[in-house]
Amino acid sequence: MLLSEATTTGFYFLAPWIVFFPVIGLLLNIIIGGRLPEKGIGWLASLASGASFVVSVLLAYTLWVNHGEGQSIFLAEWMHIGELQLDWTFRVDTLSTTMMLVVSGVGTLIHIYAIGYMHEDVRFKNDLGRYRRFFVFFNLFIVAMMILVSGDSYLMLFVGWEGVGLCSFLLIGFWYDMDTLGRPSWANSNAGNKAFITNRIGDFGFLIAGFLMFWQLGSFQFDEVFAAAPELAHAQPGIIIAITLFMLIGVAGKSAQIPLYVWLPDAMAGPTPVSALIHAATMVTAGVYLVARSAPLYTLVPQAQYIVAMTGAVTALFAATIAVGQYDIKKVLAYSTISQLGFMVAAVGMGAFVAGMFHLVTHAFFKALLFLSAGSIILGLERGHHHLAHSPSSPLGAGGHHDDHEEVFDPGDMRNMGGLRKTMPVTFWLYMIGTLALAGIVPFAGFWSKDEILLDAKLHYPDVYWLLSIAAFFTAFYMGRQIWMVFFGKARHDAAEHAEESPKIITVPLMVLAALSLLGGALNLPFEGFHNLTHWLGHTLGEVEGLPLDLGVAGISTLLALFAIFISWLLYGRNPLKKDQPDPLKKPLGFVFTIFENKWWVDEGYFAVFINRYVDLAKFLADTVDWRFWHDWFHEKVIAGTYNWLSNIGLNLYADQRGIDALANGLGTVTKNLSASMRKVQNGFVRSYALSVLLGVVLILGYLLLK
Amino acid sequence: MGPVPVTYYIALSAILFTIGALGVLIRRNALIIFMSVELMLNSANLAFVAFANTYQQLNGQIIVFFVIAVAAAEVAVGLALIVAIFKTKHSIDVDQMSSLKG
Repeated sequence: MLLSEATTTGFYFLAPWIVFFPVIGLLLNIIIGGRLPEKGIGWLASLASGASFVVSVLLAYTLWVNHGEGQSIFLAEWMHIGELQLDWTFRVDTLSTTMMLVVSGVGTLIHIYAIGYMHEDVRFKNDLGRYRRFFVFFNLFIVAMMILVSGDSYLMLFVGWEGVGLCSFLLIGFWYDMDTLGRPSWANSNAGNKAFITNRIGDFGFLIAGFLMFWQLGSFQFDEVFAAAPELAHAQPGIIIAITLFMLIGVAGKSAQIPLYVWLPDAMAGPTPVSALIHAATMVTAGVYLVARSAPLYTLVPQAQYIVAMTGAVTALFAATIAVGQYDIKKVLAYSTISQLGFMVAAVGMGAFVAGMFHLVTHAFFKALLFLSAGSIILGLERGHHHLAHSPSSPLGAGGHHDDHEEVFDPGDMRNMGGLRKTMPVTFWLYMIGTLALAGIVPFAGFWSKDEILLDAKLHYPDVYWLLSIAAFFTAFYMGRQIWMVFFGKARHDAAEHAEESPKIITVPLMVLAALSLLGGALNLPFEGFHNLTHWLGHTLGEVEGLPLDLGVAGISTLLALFAIFISWLLYGRNPLKKDQPDPLKKPLGFVFTIFENKWWVDEGYFAVFINRYVDLAKFLADTVDWRFWHDWFHEKVIAGTYNWLSNIGLNLYADQRGIDALANGLGTVTKNLSASMRKVQNGFVRSYALSVLLGVVLILGYLLLK
Repeated sequence: MGPVPVTYYIALSAILFTIGALGVLIRRNALIIFMSVELMLNSANLAFVAFANTYQQLNGQIIVFFVIAVAAAEVAVGLALIVAIFKTKHSIDVDQMSSLKG
């Protein structure tokens, strides 16, 4: 072993570089990015992310050589105040390294994809400043996400947690002055605000959990918390339940679970690489990672575990039903993401931490693939539309695209697509792989990870199992619906007719992701000797027995998925959707479909219950309390009125004019008169002065003599 | 005939002082006023030496020397002032020296 010398000490010392590399990347882009060409900016950012990936691989290799023995790498002191001892310490163990690999690996692929995508985005308009800003934000996201997954304490994790939230906000509102179609509007920035504010509610839960933890357990550091927790759980289990449930609020915010999931569909306003990287593959899985990281806390309180599992399962089903009724290609994927996050949260809630992490990894592959392919489709349609607008023979060409009356074309609307199988064959096959992986068809990655979750659920929580199985059915259905609507049948819009395939810089990263989606299941096959991820994560999460394949569970889920795809074929594949035809599902489902279509009116409900009440309260405070009470009544009536009244009843005349004025004027008059009379003495004649001296002397002498 | 009684000297001194004072108050010519001031000083000197002789003490006589010295200095300054005033006003009438009147 040539490397043995190097590896016993290991590459652990490199751990901080997973953060430093992207920091260097974004600083370089800020400082010299202005002088770089467009491609240079993108490749610089991709290299920074790629360097981070290389470090992650080295760390994983070191861990493997050291049989999973992790280390904490101290970087710098942060806060030492009394009992509070906080440092910037990087925790390298099998769990954090798994996350690092996913974040930097998928992140790098999406960086490369974004070089092509951002260039082609119709909203880009050769504004290099914005192009650079995009990649600076992207690198910043990698920085924050790496801090999140590598932190050795809950507070360092929270720094990353807030950092990714900031990047999410910045990138959702990246085209802040327009809507998703590029028209001037505040829609995108409102979507960013929605995500940020909803996440604040979750962060509040996280913070309360953190405060409780420090108050009761005396530390934020993972190992110390976990060491102190069993004793507290024995004495006061309520505290641990409170900590874990407040943490669940944070998880619900970041990982888009009921009731805080509403921000994620709106987050699709961001550019597609953002949707793929932040809102599908990595950031939204931070909540799952948090629960897995806090495994020693959750396993102490089965009640909380059940609540977490149910939250995930209900979210999985709920979001899947909404995805059925959506027409926007990215919205379907967004609800699908919420649903799949529900699977993960349910898994980690049940205590099936390995299954949850496994699904997190495979989902990162295939959902990134799906989102990026959707981006490729959107670009393809835009190219088709552009082609039409500039061709003189087309009806649109007459006015050119400077015509103000140009029809509003939504390249993300599946009702505008159809028949893309022929015009975009590469994207079609890539999308198929992603779809089959998501639907859970053998042997794609999603099948293995989803089945592991379902098996764990069946063994421990039957109600969760049924919810997730129905959700899996819906998943296969809405993905089938999407495939038939997008790729089969005839084009329902001229743009789809003339759609063009995307260039290599976009499709090559997709091919890598497709390969991972195809083979990712090999990480943890349910056969003796193939439970690789189980053993790998077992070093951190505690050894568990790898479950063998349960043909019953796998069979049922596969049959359900195939059945769902068959139904979707009956509805959408056999008779392809025509232009302006209502959704074929509308007739058999009736009002139920309207519910799905309108997302169960959750947004409207939140508006009615919270937001409008909040606006009412703000209006009441501003209008009634502040303006009418304080301004109109208190200031105008009470203070100003009393003052006027007091001055009217006599302060003015008696106190001020006759009292104070008279005193001041009198003093002046007296002085004036006195000086006028004294002035006469100073007549300038020496003799009169001499006379007064003489008289004075006579008077004084006379007084002295006659005394 | 015995020595002249001190009362006589004092009466003479008072008369001289009164004449001097009246001269200062009544006359307008600055030189006359000066002479009148000298008269008042010397009347005081007369009173000093008269008492000094009566009580056989030197204090009074020493003060007279002082007064004579101060009076000489005063005359020197005063005459210089009068010359200066005369040069600008071509007159030494004190009633015209009222430029500082308030």
